[in-house]
Amino acid sequence: MPILPPLTPPQPSAAAPARLVLQGIGKVYPTVVANDDIGLTVRAGEIRAILGENGAGKSTLMKIIYGVTRPSSGRMFWEGEEVQVESPAHARSLGIGMVFQHFSLFETLTVVENVALALPGKPALDALAQRIVEVSARYGLPVDPRRHIHALSVGERQRVEIVRCLLQDPRLLIMDEPTSVLTPQAVRKLFETLRRLADEGCSILYISHKLDEIRELCHTATVLRGGRVTGECIPAQETPASMARLMIGKELPRCEHDAPQAGGEVRLRLAGLSHASDDPFGTDLRDLHLDVHAGEIVGIAGVSGNGQQELLRVISGEEPLAERFPVQICGVEAGRLSPGRRRRLGMAFVPEERLGRGAVPTMSLADNALLTAAHNQGLVTAGFLRFERARAFARRCIDDFNVKCGGPAAAAKSLSGGNLQKFIVGREILQAPRLLVCAQPTWGVDVGAAAFIRQQIIDLRNRGCAVLVISEELDELFEICDRIAVIAKGRLSPVRAAGDTSIEDIGVWMSGLWPGAGDTADAPLAMETPHA
Amino acid sequence: MLELEARAEPSRLMSWASPLLAVALMLAGGLAVFAALGKDPVEGFRVFFLNPVKDLYALSELLLKATPLMLCAIGLAIGFRANVWNIGAEGQFMLGAVAATGVALYFGDSESALVLPAMVLAGAAGGAAWAAIPALLRTRFNANEILVSLMLVYVAQLFVSWLVFGPWKDPDGFNFPQTRMFAEAATLPMVIEGTRLHFGFAIALAALVAGYAFMNRSHAGFRMRVAGEAVDAARYAGFSATRMIWVGLLLGGAAAGLAGMGEVAGPMGQLTDKVASGYGFAAIIVAFVGRLNAFGILLASLLMALLYIGGEQAQQYLNLPNSISMVFQGMLLFFLLGADVFIHYRLRLRRRGA
Repeated sequence: MPILPPLTPPQPSAAAPARLVLQGIGKVYPTVVANDDIGLTVRAGEIRAILGENGAGKSTLMKIIYGVTRPSSGRMFWEGEEVQVESPAHARSLGIGMVFQHFSLFETLTVVENVALALPGKPALDALAQRIVEVSARYGLPVDPRRHIHALSVGERQRVEIVRCLLQDPRLLIMDEPTSVLTPQAVRKLFETLRRLADEGCSILYISHKLDEIRELCHTATVLRGGRVTGECIPAQETPASMARLMIGKELPRCEHDAPQAGGEVRLRLAGLSHASDDPFGTDLRDLHLDVHAGEIVGIAGVSGNGQQELLRVISGEEPLAERFPVQICGVEAGRLSPGRRRRLGMAFVPEERLGRGAVPTMSLADNALLTAAHNQGLVTAGFLRFERARAFARRCIDDFNVKCGGPAAAAKSLSGGNLQKFIVGREILQAPRLLVCAQPTWGVDVGAAAFIRQQIIDLRNRGCAVLVISEELDELFEICDRIAVIAKGRLSPVRAAGDTSIEDIGVWMSGLWPGAGDTADAPLAMETPHA
Repeated sequence: MLELEARAEPSRLMSWASPLLAVALMLAGGLAVFAALGKDPVEGFRVFFLNPVKDLYALSELLLKATPLMLCAIGLAIGFRANVWNIGAEGQFMLGAVAATGVALYFGDSESALVLPAMVLAGAAGGAAWAAIPALLRTRFNANEILVSLMLVYVAQLFVSWLVFGPWKDPDGFNFPQTRMFAEAATLPMVIEGTRLHFGFAIALAALVAGYAFMNRSHAGFRMRVAGEAVDAARYAGFSATRMIWVGLLLGGAAAGLAGMGEVAGPMGQLTDKVASGYGFAAIIVAFVGRLNAFGILLASLLMALLYIGGEQAQQYLNLPNSISMVFQGMLLFFLLGADVFIHYRLRLRRRGA
C-alpha cells in the first residue's frame, strides 16, 4: 500500500490549552478493573492512537470520554475546563463525535433520515441533504443522502457514520477499529480524510490493534495493557515489533509455515453452489466453485457482508440446501445434511460468533464440550451424558490450547474473548477433523493468542487436514493460507496460490473486479492474469 | 439513592432464595389481606396454612392435591427449558381425562387387570395428541404455540362439556353433567388405606425422577437446554429446532394427560365438566416457583396444594370466598417475579451526584 506523505505533527501552541486532558481516570466493574489511573492528553489537530490488545481497556476509556459510562475516579478537562460528561448527547454538544465499530444506523431509513435522527431538533430534510452532499464532497466521502441504508455497502455505511459526526463540527473524533470492515483501498481513502480533518484542527482518537495502520496514520500513540498506560510513543519512529512489545509485553510471535503437501484428495467441493438468502438484506450466493484438498489451507478474503455469512451457513449445514450436490464433504454430497451429520463425515466448524453460537454463554466449558464433541469423543452412551468424560475432554482443550480459565466448570461467558476462542478452536481441532472450516479465527483475539491459533491451524494442515479459512484480515490470510480466493457480492473469484498474488491484487478483487468477473467488471482495470 | 446494579454473574444463592423470599412476602401479604377483611390474622394463618397439615388425613389430601400439579409442572418445565411455551396444560389435562374415561366406559364392568394400564396409556396419549396440534401448527406454519395452546384449552373445555351433557351423560345420573362412575378395575388403588391418596401420586413421583433424568442427565435434555439458552448455538451444533418443539410439547401434553387420567380414575371416579379446575394453569406457576427443576417442582407443588386447600379451609371456617386462594397464587407469582430481579441485579446505595 502506498504510504501517505510524511506526517507533520501539529505544533503545540503554548497559549492554547490541550483539547482533551484525562487525569487518573479509573473504572472499576464488580469483577474487573477496566481502567486504572489513566492519563492522556490530546492536542488540537493531533491524531493519537490508542493501542492495546482486547481487554486492555480501550473501549471503556472511549466510552468514558463519550459519556456512555462514568468513571469511578479521575478528572477530565475539555479545552482547559473541567467537565463531567453526562451522556453522549452532552459529549456531542461539547464537540466530541464517535464512530462505533458496530454501526448504529436504521437499515430501512435513508441516509438523510438517519442523520436527522442524530441531530437535535427537527432539521429540514432537504437542507440537511444539501449539507450532507457538501460535507461529503469536501472530505472525499461520497454519499448519496437519498439512498436507503440497507442498499449501502459496509464501507458506505461507515462513511454515513463519519459524515453524521462531521455535520456536528466535532473538535474531537473517536474512531473505534474503523478499518476492520474496509478494503485496503478504502482504508487509504479513509486515512486521507482523517488527515484532512486533522489538518483543519480536529483531534482524532484512533483505536486499533493494527500496528501498520497506526504507524502510517497517527502522530502519537498511547499504549494500554491491563487497563493501565504502559507507554507512549511516536509510531513513525517505532517498528511494529517494538510497538508490539509495548502492547503485549513480549516479542510478537510468528507462525512457521512450510510448503503444502501436493496432491491431497478433495475434502470440500463447492460445485456450482447458488443459494438465495432468506434475509431481505442478505447476499445471494451465485454459482460458487471451489475445491479444498487435504493438506492445504484455502483462504477466502472479502469485505464483510459480501456473502461470507451465507456461505458459512450453507457449508456448516445451519442453512441446508434443497439439493445434495452443490456441497460435497469428504466425497459425500452433503447439501441437505444437518450440521450433526456433516460433523460425522469429518467436518469441524469454528463460527465467527463465539458467545451464543460457538458456545452457550451460561453453560460450563464441560457442557460446551458436549455441544459438538458428544459423538466424536464418546461423551454420550445410550442417550445419557458421560459427565466425567466431558470434563476430561474439556480439560484437554484447556491444557493443550493454553486456555486461561477456572477449569472445566467455568461458565463460557466468564472467559475473555481470546481464551474462549482458543477453547472453541481446541474443541474442534482435538476432534481430529478431516476438514476444518474456520470463520474469522482470530477476530478480536489478542496478538499472542492469534499467533497461537494460527500456528495450531497450520499444524493441523500439516497433519493432513483440509482447512478453509474465511477472514476479513488480509494479513492473516497471507500469513497462513496456501491458496486464496475472494468473495464479493456473493460470487467467488478464481483461486490463486498465495505466493503468486499480493495484498494489493486481492484488495482490487475485493471490490468484485477480478478477471472474467463478467457483469461486475465495469471499471477499466488492466488485468493480465488469464481466467483460471 | 438506591439503584439496581447488574451483577457480574447471576447469583446462585438468590436463585434459590428468591422463591423463599416470595413465599415469605406472600405470607405477609396474606396476613395483611386477612386484617383488611376484618379477620384475625393469626386465626387466618392457622386455618389457611396449618389446618392442611394438621394430621395424616390432611396431609394425604395435600399430597392428593399436589399430584396433578407436579405431573403437569414437570412436563411443562421440560418444554419451558427449551423456550417452548406450552400454556395449554389445562386443555391437555382435560383431553387426557377424556381419553382415559373413554377407555373406562368402553370396558364398562370388565374386571380385567389391563383396564388401568390402558387408561394410563390413553391418558398420556390423549394429552400428547392435544399438544400435538400446537406443535404441528408451530413447526408447519410458525403459529405461536402460546396462543394456540391457550385457545385449545377453551376448545377442550367445550368438548368435555359436550360429552358430559350429551353422549356420555350418565343415564341414571339425574341429568347431572357427568358420566357413570367407573368400575373398580378402572379406579386407581389407594396408596394409604382410609385416605383418598391414590396410586397416581406414585406415578407423579416417578415422573419427577424421570423428568430429572431427562433434563439433567440425557443428551436429549441437554439439547433442549442448549436450545433454551442459545438458539444459534443449538443450530450450530445441529440440534433440530423442530424436534425440540415436538418433544417439548408432546412430553408436556403427555404429563398433563396423565394428571387428567389420575383425577378421573382417582378422587373423582368419573368425568365431569369441572374436571380440570385450574391445575394446568397453576402448574405454570409451580414450574417457575420450582425453578424448572424436578426437586424444586416437588416443593412448589406442595406449596401450591397448600394454597388450594387453605383456600377451601378459609371458605369453610372464615367465610371467605374461595377465590382467596387465587389471590395467594397471584401474590406468590408476583413476588417471585419481583424477587427474581435480584438474581441478576443487586441493590446498591449510591450518593446523589457521585
